[in-house]
Amino acid sequence: MVDLSVDIAGLKLKNPIMPASGTFSEELAEVFDLERLGAHVTKTITRDWRDGNPTPRVCEVNGSMLNSIGIPSKGVGAFLEKVVPFFQRYETPLVVSISGNTADEFAALCAEVSVAGVDAIEVNISCPNIEEDGKAFAIRPSSTFEIMQRLRAASPLPLWAKLTPNTGEVPDVARAAEEGGADALVVSNTILSMAIDIHTRQPRLGNLMGGLSGPALKPIALRMAYQCARAANIPVIGCGGISTAEDVIEYLIAGATAVQVGTATFIHPTAMLTILHDLEAWLAAQGIASVSELIGSVVDGEQDIRTSAIAVAQ
Amino acid sequence: MLQTPNATAGRVAPTAFDLDLRVKSNTAVNGEYRMMVLDAPAHVLEQCQAGQFFNILCPQAGGETPYLRRPMSIYGFYPEKNELHFLYKVGGAGTRAMATLGENDSLTVFGPLGTPFTIEDDWTDLVLVARGVGLATLAPLALEAKRLGRRLTAVCSARHPDYLMSIDLFEGLGATVVALTDAEGTSAPDNLEKVLEGLIAEGRADAFYTCGSNRILRLLQKLGEAHGIPGQVALEQQMACGIGMCQCCVRKFNRDGKVVNLRVCREGPVFDMAEAIAW
Repeated sequence: MVDLSVDIAGLKLKNPIMPASGTFSEELAEVFDLERLGAHVTKTITRDWRDGNPTPRVCEVNGSMLNSIGIPSKGVGAFLEKVVPFFQRYETPLVVSISGNTADEFAALCAEVSVAGVDAIEVNISCPNIEEDGKAFAIRPSSTFEIMQRLRAASPLPLWAKLTPNTGEVPDVARAAEEGGADALVVSNTILSMAIDIHTRQPRLGNLMGGLSGPALKPIALRMAYQCARAANIPVIGCGGISTAEDVIEYLIAGATAVQVGTATFIHPTAMLTILHDLEAWLAAQGIASVSELIGSVVDGEQDIRTSAIAVAQ
Repeated sequence: MLQTPNATAGRVAPTAFDLDLRVKSNTAVNGEYRMMVLDAPAHVLEQCQAGQFFNILCPQAGGETPYLRRPMSIYGFYPEKNELHFLYKVGGAGTRAMATLGENDSLTVFGPLGTPFTIEDDWTDLVLVARGVGLATLAPLALEAKRLGRRLTAVCSARHPDYLMSIDLFEGLGATVVALTDAEGTSAPDNLEKVLEGLIAEGRADAFYTCGSNRILRLLQKLGEAHGIPGQVALEQQMACGIGMCQCCVRKFNRDGKVVNLRVCREGPVFDMAEAIAW
């Protein structure tokens, strides 16, 4: 019997597989038993109603997907009334993803969702901040630190900071999130990208640009997960392009404590179950008693991570 | 299979199934359209309803590399012979890859999904108006109308008589078929309007059903409003998940005095015609 349980800053998960925000909702309960997942992570909500972006909101590029949904939200009232009670029927921990246009709005929402039935809050600091010309909070260490301090003061629940790959300062942002009060890092959100239809010459997304997800994102997000695990002293939750158990194992070796599966669920609705099944089988076949033995077991020798990154940059 | 037919999905019984199905046949209907017949389990077919769809994992074949699934209307579902039918137009990478499949190959499909057509108790005379591949979506409705003993008129429009599919199917189900084509100059809006006004005058139109044409939708909305005739429309949109999670497939609708985004995969693909906004 393989022990699949992991611990995210005191929150015990029965296994390290959970959905990525925005790729999961109550409807998946019509396909399989959601109790089998390590955690439930809801789609990002904002405090007030948001319509979201114009269509097309999705397109595919070679083996991956671009999306620009625009965080449509029914607001916090509807969320507390409908979504939280739905997930309360499960024993699986509930992680609520939130976002805000301003620090005040973000902090107020963080307090409002700190209710019974919610086990952790994923703070999506990868979203645009209108007080900073639309730059995401997590692009800079300073804005990351400031927003995390505000959010920390607003809630007693564990805070998971969801980072963006759209920054050149990954280790500094990771440390800033930790210093600001984050209990864990989710690494990462989608990477800003674009596709154009060469016949119509129009961008293929209604919002012109969008986030790339799927297998093409994996090496980038994996690199970030590795950097963050080395830079910070809080658990890293890997996210980006995971579609197989091997992908999960790779993230765990890089230093992630758990993972989120997103786009893969769109391709295979039961992807998380398959991954869980294959992960357990792989560990058993390897004679590894506990999944936690994999975490951070990367054999990276004496190579200095800082000079390695600089060598690439030059 | 991790998702077994009889296993419960925990607190909620499973209603959508991800299945690897055997291809019984996949043949050309005409120059543009093909028909795929899959060997499907009865317990899944028994859950299918007219207007619903499956999200299809198109194969990586024929040099094509489709990634996201393709939503496709159910053309026919027959639990008694374990058959699930899709009528599709070969257009993009996904359908080109589908076209390469032959007998005994396997195709992965997820469904049935979405909100189906409804036939209210007092709708005794139904009018179905379809153009092109919209016919595929409306075909199961004809079967349901027959099952419920309703009279059906199927007004089928296409570019050319060769692309008037399903006429035999509709006639076989006892429907009155009106065929209109661009080639014969009978499919113009004026003529279609005349045909429909004729049906209304004869008391043969308690409800309209349509799919596939903006122009037809507008016309039916106009006639429906003028004569107080309800209707339903099946709509399309780019999708990813197919079950309502990703919010990719929204369209705008008039509902309760407001313009709202609704998910084509979940609140649709079948909508109240009066709420739909022509594009």
